[in-house]
Amino acid sequence: MDLKVNDYTTDDGLTVINVEGEIDVYTAPKLREKLIDLVNKGKFHLLVDMEKVEFLDSTGLGVLVGGLKRVRAHDGSLELVCTQERILKIFRITGLTKVFGIHDTIDEAREKRKSQK
Amino acid sequence: MATVELSFSALPAHVRTARLIVTAVARRSGVPETLLDEVRLAVGEACSRAVEAHLRCCPDEPVRLEMTDGRRFEVVVNDAVPSEGPDGTLPAESSPGSPAWDGLGLALGDGPDSLGLAVIAGLADHLVVSPTPKGVQIRMSWPV
Repeated sequence: MDLKVNDYTTDDGLTVINVEGEIDVYTAPKLREKLIDLVNKGKFHLLVDMEKVEFLDSTGLGVLVGGLKRVRAHDGSLELVCTQERILKIFRITGLTKVFGIHDTIDEAREKRKSQK
Repeated sequence: MATVELSFSALPAHVRTARLIVTAVARRSGVPETLLDEVRLAVGEACSRAVEAHLRCCPDEPVRLEMTDGRRFEVVVNDAVPSEGPDGTLPAESSPGSPAWDGLGLALGDGPDSLGLAVIAGLADHLVVSPTPKGVQIRMSWPV
């Protein structure tokens, strides 16, 4: 199954990355390339929408952690939108719920970002 | 007790195939539906780890799986990458308790292997990771 990765930037400067499909050792490089490309283009505030992600393994987690590391080097942020229990469980097992901001919706993430400005 | 064996070339694209087969065999073996996601993810992690190890050391060697049902559903993933320790101990990267396994270490890495084993440990009902004469064996099982 292909991994679909699309992005758009909101008027408040947040780049939303929609990810659809399975993120594993085969498909994760595509997401990694997208995150690196966005950072190279100066997009340092990223929100990864994982509501259509059907599978995520540690390779995918590693890509997200790598993306977080890159944006933090520019005082940026990388947060997630995810309500799927099967995906959230992996973040809990690895302790990454303490590393990533995880929101229920894109709007919630945007509102929280506005309130922190 | 019945056994299904699977052998596949060490290519990332085949890991998904292995996941699908293991899930199908687990379902047929009577693993509760609520545990199938855990089986799928844990076995996928073990296969990913083996594929990446083979690609580094022996890309022509296949990754081998054994699935056995009985009182429990057991999956054994064997790689052909010999351990690097002097007494048959596992390579340093493979232990969730290793120094790299902390929050800061995670934040500094792009894909530490220890993440995969940590996920397996969190998902498998019973887990044994052990060196064998030929490589590393990950043995996982779940109730049926």
